[in-house]
This record gives sequence, structure tokens and C-alpha cells, in this order.
Amino acid sequence: MNIPSELKYTKDHEWVKIDGDVATIGITDFAQSELGDIVYVEVETLDETLEADEVFGTVEAVKTVSDLFLPLSGEIIEFNEGLEDEPEVVNSDPYNAGWMIKVKCSDLSQIDGLLSAEEYKSLIGA
Amino acid sequence: MKNTALSETHSALGAKMVPFAGYNMPVQYEGVNVEHETVRNAVGVFDVSHMGEFLIEGEHALELIQKVTSNDASKLIIGKAQYSCLPNDDGGIVDDLIVYRVKEDTYLLVVNAINIEKDWNWIQSKNDVGATMRDLSEDYSLLAIQGPKAIEAMQSLTSEDLSAIKFYNFVVGDFAGIEHVIISATGYTGSGGFEIYCKNTEVKQIWDKVLEAGADYGIKPIGLAARDTLRLEMGYCLYGNDIDDTTSPIEAGLGWITKFTKDFTNSEALKAEKERGPERKLIAFELDERGIPRHGYDIVDGNGNKIGVVTSGTMSPSLGKGIGLGYVPPVFADVNSKINIQIRKNAIPATVVKLPFYKG
Repeated sequence: MNIPSELKYTKDHEWVKIDGDVATIGITDFAQSELGDIVYVEVETLDETLEADEVFGTVEAVKTVSDLFLPLSGEIIEFNEGLEDEPEVVNSDPYNAGWMIKVKCSDLSQIDGLLSAEEYKSLIGA
Repeated sequence: MKNTALSETHSALGAKMVPFAGYNMPVQYEGVNVEHETVRNAVGVFDVSHMGEFLIEGEHALELIQKVTSNDASKLIIGKAQYSCLPNDDGGIVDDLIVYRVKEDTYLLVVNAINIEKDWNWIQSKNDVGATMRDLSEDYSLLAIQGPKAIEAMQSLTSEDLSAIKFYNFVVGDFAGIEHVIISATGYTGSGGFEIYCKNTEVKQIWDKVLEAGADYGIKPIGLAARDTLRLEMGYCLYGNDIDDTTSPIEAGLGWITKFTKDFTNSEALKAEKERGPERKLIAFELDERGIPRHGYDIVDGNGNKIGVVTSGTMSPSLGKGIGLGYVPPVFADVNSKINIQIRKNAIPATVVKLPFYKG
């Protein structure tokens, strides 16, 4: 199971990459393997400002639908449009080409509440 | 949780195992899309040993079967099978099944795993004619070998001529070194192939030889997830989704297996329903825009009023779009009718289409 050490994680199996006050968010390798073949990523919250833990979108695998929860409060400033035609890159490359949104964070102190790679690893028992 | 005789084999192959109808079953091995394509283009093998098997025997066997099933089993000659259903007394369906005529007075009924106990009790309650019933479910395994290359890939395993077995016919013959297995030209995928019924003690040998013989043809083990997308692309009903205790065979488009040439459970009421027309019909639809319909989503009209419910839905791997089945009033049921599927906050436009979705 690939869990890059430089990223932050959530208990909802999302990863967060912080760059200044912009967070890039996707789902983890563990999440994509549990979901199976991903066929649709729907984000209808672009340009909206949401609180942490609100639903920012949904990811659909062949058999299941899962809500995507925002790890950090802020404005959704970008959606990975590449996923519209190739949602399967979330399976093949969850931490790079499979990123989902970028958020302009409104409260950087929330970053402290995210999990480290080690903590996430023990959460999933990897 | 019950295991099939192959549960450990699936785990060893890296399958993701899930509970299904009380059995520990492989939902996928490599991935649902690649497994789906393997069956559409080559050949795949499924362990569907969770399915139930009943033997109905004796001089009154046919009489009992005619009473409880909707199709006309008197048409069955030895070596033929038919799709049928067990109507209940209230207009609904106890289960759908396949009836095989194995010998003169011996019939095999193959039922859904989830309904084994319910079906057994139901049929037994109607057995006032003295037919002998035996439940073989715990002792028998079922493998489905499906795909356009199934005949070619499996021919070396049997002395029977596989290409000579017509659709919904079967032979009892040798297969993979085992005598007296049922080789049936049936399946739940729409891509052709066989189903093999054998004893639990024999299935591991057959499974291994099937994978070996199929290797040159790209055979892969296929999980239940792909079984569902394959059947849905054909519009085959799934019990518990598209048909259940509350849906009538007439509503479900199963009029073709509901034969009023004989009396059977609730046949008078079903005949009346057929004559006056059902109040709702099972339709097939494709989404006109992006989205994936799911079991339980509402079907709405152009004004957002609920007109029905989705019973099965998926992203079709072959068509690359959202497809589904659902019940609506007949006024919305004609091919090319426009409906909408409520997916979260959005009503996504959809068009009623003719089955199958996948035309090969």
C-alpha cells in the first residue's frame, strides 16, 4: 500500500498536500483499492466556500457511491477536469494525476488535526 | 457465513471476498471492468456455487412443477431447460429459476441462493401431489464458463461436442476428467458459454482444468461485480432488485415465461392483469448525460414529480454510459420516452430503450 510520507491524511481516506495556503486533495491508494474501478468523480462545489467535513463531491465506482468530505475549510478553487474523461486515473495514480480538488484554506490551524503518514498507516492497519 | 468448495481458492487468487446471500463470495479478482471485458471478448469462469439446486422426482414431479411455475414445463423434453418463475398468491414472485428435465420423471430446479429456504418451503407447501423433493444445494457446485471463446477453449476437456449443445439445452457427460456432470448452454451474461453442475468434491479439479485449458484463450476468474454488470447490460432481471415478492411477472416483462396454457399459482389473477394491462412496467433506460443510476433512486417526470424507482443501475462498461432498469406507469414506458433519474440534487435526463443494452 502506497502512503507517501510527505502527505497528510484523513480518517475518510483522503490525502492532503499543503502548498502555502492551497491544499490539493485526493483519495488514498487504500481508498481506491477498496472502491474498485472508479467510473465517475462528481464535484459540483467548484467556487463554493465550505466548512471542513462538508461533502464536496462524490466518487462512484462500478458498485458503490462514496461521498467526498472536505478535510479543511475553504474555497474550492480548482477541480481536476482530467477526471471527467479519465476517472480511472484515480485508480492508477491516486496521488498525482488522480488529484481531485484544490482548496484555498481559510484556517491553516486545521492542518494540525490531519493525520501523518504513520498515523494513517496504523489507521488502515497497513 | 457459508463457504463454497472454492472459497479458499478464490482468496489465494487474490479475490476480494464479500458476504452475499449468506455465502463468502468473490466480488472481484483483478477489477470489474477488465473482468467484464474478458467475458465479452474472450472467456471467463465464475464460481456461482451459492445457487440452490432442488431435484423433483417421481411420477407426479411434472404435476408439481406445473403447479408452482409460470412457464409450461410440459414442453420440456429430456436435455432441455427453461427459464421460469414461482408466482406467489398475491401477484408477486417467490423466485425466478431454471427448470431442467434430467430424466423422464426427474427435474432439476436451480434457484437463487438468497431464496433457497423460502423456495423449498413454498414448493413443499404446494406439494400435495406426492412428488419427491431433494435439496442438493449443500452438495453441488456450479461453475459458469462464459464468453465467445468458451466453446473453443473448453472443447479439449470433454468428449461431448460443445458446439452442438443449443442454447438452453444440456447434456450429462464427462468434463475435466469427471463423469456425469451437467454441461448446460445457459448463463447470465449474454456472451454465450456453459454452466457446469458437479459435486463439491469434484469442483476443484474442474476449476483448475478450466483455467488451464482456457489459459491460451485469456481466461480469467470473474467475480460477482462483473456478473452484475454483464447481466444488466442484457437486461436480465436480478431477484431482490428488479423482481421480488411484490412485483408481478407481467409488470416485469416476464409475460414470455408466463403461460396461460395451464393452471398455476395465481394464474387467474395474472391472466386478468395481462388482459387489462399492468399498472406499471419494468423499463430499460440510458442516461442522456453523465451520471450513474443506482438501485433505489427515484425516476421523475419533467416537472420533478416521482413516477417510479430505479431497481438496477450501473455504468455500463461496454457502452460507457449510465444504464438501468426501473418501474414506471405504462404512459412513460414506450421506447424513446423521456424520463429523468434523480441523482442526488440533479434530475438527469434519460431515454427509455429496447433491451438488450449490449447488442454484441
